[in-house]
Amino acid sequence: MLYNVENFASHFFVLGDPLIYGADVSIVLVSLAIVFVLTYYKKWGWLWREWLTTVDHKKIGIMYMIAALLMLFRGGVDAILMRTQLIMPNMPFLKAQHYNEIFTTHGTIMILFMAMPFIFAMMNIAVPLQIGARDVAFPYLNAISFWLFFFAAMLLNLSFVIGGSPDAGWTSYAPLAGLTFDKGPGENYYLLALQITGIGSMATGINFFVTIMKMRAPGMTLMRMPLFTWSILAACIIIIFAFPPLTAALTLLLMDRLAGAHFFTIFDGGNPMMYVNMFWMWGHPEVYIVVLPAFGVFSEVVATFSKKRTFGYASMVASLIAIAVISFFTWVHHFFTMGAGPGVNSFFAVATMIIAIPTGVKVFNWLFTMYQGRIRTKLPMLWAIAFIPNFAIGGASGVMLAVAPADYQFHNSYFLVAHFHQVLIGGVVFGMLAGMYYWWPKMFGFMLNERLGRIAFWFFNIGFYVCFLPQYWLGWMGMTRRIYTYLPGMGWTFWNIISTFGAYLMGVGFVFIVLQILYSIRYGERDLTGDPWDGRTLEWSLPSPVPHYNFARIPEVTGRDAWWTMKEAKQKGEMQPELEPLKPIHMPNDSGRPFILSVLFFIFGFGMVFTWYPMAAVAFIGILLSLILRSFEYDTDHTLSVDEIRRTEAAYGRV
Amino acid sequence: MMQKRTGTYTLIAALCATLFLLPGCGEQVLVFHPVGPVGQVEKQMIILSIVMVSIVVIPVIALLWVIVVRYRDTPDNPTPYRPEWSESRTLEFLWWAVPIVIIGVLGFVTVQKTFALVRPPGKVINPLTIQVTSLDWKWLFQYPGQKIATVNYCEIPANRPIEFVLTSNAPMNSFWVPQLGGQEYTMPGMAMKLWLEADQPGVYFGSGANFSGEGFSHMHFHVIARPQSDFDHWVQRIKSTAPPLTTQQYAVLAQRTIVQPMSFSTNQPGLFEKIVSQDGGMYMRRDLMKGKVNTHVGTD
Repeated sequence: MLYNVENFASHFFVLGDPLIYGADVSIVLVSLAIVFVLTYYKKWGWLWREWLTTVDHKKIGIMYMIAALLMLFRGGVDAILMRTQLIMPNMPFLKAQHYNEIFTTHGTIMILFMAMPFIFAMMNIAVPLQIGARDVAFPYLNAISFWLFFFAAMLLNLSFVIGGSPDAGWTSYAPLAGLTFDKGPGENYYLLALQITGIGSMATGINFFVTIMKMRAPGMTLMRMPLFTWSILAACIIIIFAFPPLTAALTLLLMDRLAGAHFFTIFDGGNPMMYVNMFWMWGHPEVYIVVLPAFGVFSEVVATFSKKRTFGYASMVASLIAIAVISFFTWVHHFFTMGAGPGVNSFFAVATMIIAIPTGVKVFNWLFTMYQGRIRTKLPMLWAIAFIPNFAIGGASGVMLAVAPADYQFHNSYFLVAHFHQVLIGGVVFGMLAGMYYWWPKMFGFMLNERLGRIAFWFFNIGFYVCFLPQYWLGWMGMTRRIYTYLPGMGWTFWNIISTFGAYLMGVGFVFIVLQILYSIRYGERDLTGDPWDGRTLEWSLPSPVPHYNFARIPEVTGRDAWWTMKEAKQKGEMQPELEPLKPIHMPNDSGRPFILSVLFFIFGFGMVFTWYPMAAVAFIGILLSLILRSFEYDTDHTLSVDEIRRTEAAYGRV
Repeated sequence: MMQKRTGTYTLIAALCATLFLLPGCGEQVLVFHPVGPVGQVEKQMIILSIVMVSIVVIPVIALLWVIVVRYRDTPDNPTPYRPEWSESRTLEFLWWAVPIVIIGVLGFVTVQKTFALVRPPGKVINPLTIQVTSLDWKWLFQYPGQKIATVNYCEIPANRPIEFVLTSNAPMNSFWVPQLGGQEYTMPGMAMKLWLEADQPGVYFGSGANFSGEGFSHMHFHVIARPQSDFDHWVQRIKSTAPPLTTQQYAVLAQRTIVQPMSFSTNQPGLFEKIVSQDGGMYMRRDLMKGKVNTHVGTD
């Protein structure tokens, strides 16, 4: 009996690694600290009422952003550990298995639990405000999306200390990720966490697609929409079409692992190549899902901080749509070396190169938005300016990779690693940080400290080039990705030292961002105008932070850059239209069920990971029950009285 | 002031340049030092693509620099400010057209070379076939013509096209010898062909390029190219000195281990075909029946 318990515990908990014991201790301490602080300041009720049960898109956006920053920290620590291991040949810091787990979670977390929630954060915060809506189309579903993502992220992170992390790479190729070669629960964690967060992503895609199509303020035609909203529309269309293949691939692989099926095994008629195809049918569009919103942020930021209309608006929209469509015809470029044949390779090589055309057009349009403008290098603009050379180089190396015969030499090497980090950091992370700085006053009502932000910017930006440019070189020198150690005498050591140093600089940059936020929470300048950047779109017409009903009166839109037009009209002393009388506002009720439903999903996932089916079954019944209860819920919304709206508006000094 | 800053930038640029050139475009930058026709073609494609993308990238960075310096929001900035100017047919035509032309040219050459690389390099005079199997975590090379086998190293005659036939009896890997040419996947149940050739004798670094588990980092090997007569001597020496590759020996090799280079005086006829057919080789059944697995072009 005692032996059984011991045996179970030694498999259940990850033992024998000081780093993991450190993680155990810190998880327990942080949890205790959170519980203590919440209890001491009597904040449990506040947490439940204001955050856990909210269906307000702005609060959901803020929670997405905090979660994304936490995950950026976790993925960043992974990166620092890996770079430390690679600083010297034969480095004794991490063992192979541990290194494999770290690069797997680094990739998975950065794409699915950092980049995705960060774009969801930005779209939640800005889209309804930009189109003059009071909330998203399905606020309750929006809360479900967030909590599913959150608990999926917790599930994946739990694997680090309980059961062991996935270790087959973020792509999790079968048969390596199949049961024959990977027994432990790690891969189950990966499959279930991705599946659960995938449901949330799909729901968000549908939610925002409907919001943008149906809830625009009167007068806001599609061709008057801000470009950020356009980019989200394009991203949502990709989400809706790209996630089903991933869902299918994950389900089939899970059936292989849990039910002994043979979809992707190498025996009994399985076909692992099918997994690779299905994964990238989602995987390639996925990179556009995360980068298009970043393009959208840059379009807003560049126009605002150049005090100029966006150059070539129609081209910008056309290129977003073109990228969204072509992104579905490029997936094979992730495995030109699988021998699909010259015809197939040629098609996908050319399709991939074609994406560079609309992307290049966007870059030139940003440049000419700045041309003959008046450029203010505030923090959001600084990141936008830094993005352009970065993305130009990253895009160029992308075109180089698309040249199939050249790709035979780049594939799986550090050249590839350098390329996708350059577009994902230089594009997505820079874009999301620009967005965070840009909309921060709108979210919280105070400004972030410029000085600390600039220090962070320079550390991160210079660190980026120091870290990743040498990796292009390392790829040409024959260094392949995902190796945890290498031999001296290849000439790799020098460049690895530089690259690791660059990673440390980026780490310092991140620390300064955290310092900047903490400092500004205490000393940050209040934003009393609601329009600190002299903005052009409707969100800047509202006070900061925005009241929960957003618009006391839904605005009438007469052109592109709606808020800019209104401000100009006012400046010219044109007749202001008579203010309509306030009307009662119809708002959705808060609900605790999305949170509870997602906890049940977490328990279901955990049960499936360890194949504890009774636990999974109970949780699954709970999930069904929650859905049924919701179907019979009739009291789902309430009405704000005119008095209440008037009081709130008065508190902001806007009557 | 401006003068001094330009000086500083030049200095920084010069420093960066030397930093990159210091360890040099030396021989260690393998992709740029190909020793065979396949690697040569790929190197040309890399250089062509660098030139083509530079046509856009360099002007973009230069333009950004000029624009950000010139149009700053300072009270006495004398440059024109046109907040409403947002359309120009000519300019937009220019930056739709130029990338289309660049991609057109690059795409055309890419398609041409993609088809070219499926065929053997140069004239095929008496090619040598080597059957490559990636195992956990080692490389098995079988020489059906010479009836020998090696592990974690392979010898080839220089100036003779080599037909590598690739498979795996473990998770997918990728066979990459940068100086000879680009990589191709080794996959269970598939036998795919990769043509390579070495122009000159030498020792070339090769490695598994696709992650295959715990011992993956140790899956590197050397390809040793020798003149034909030396190669023949080497084959004779292996035949007379090395142990045979028995079924038991293969079973030991197939286990998940990391091993040193080994040589075997026999090659187990039919072993390669067996590996392909047991691991889902039904996709290749047609070819197996015709005894064509050696000549199957994985890329058709």
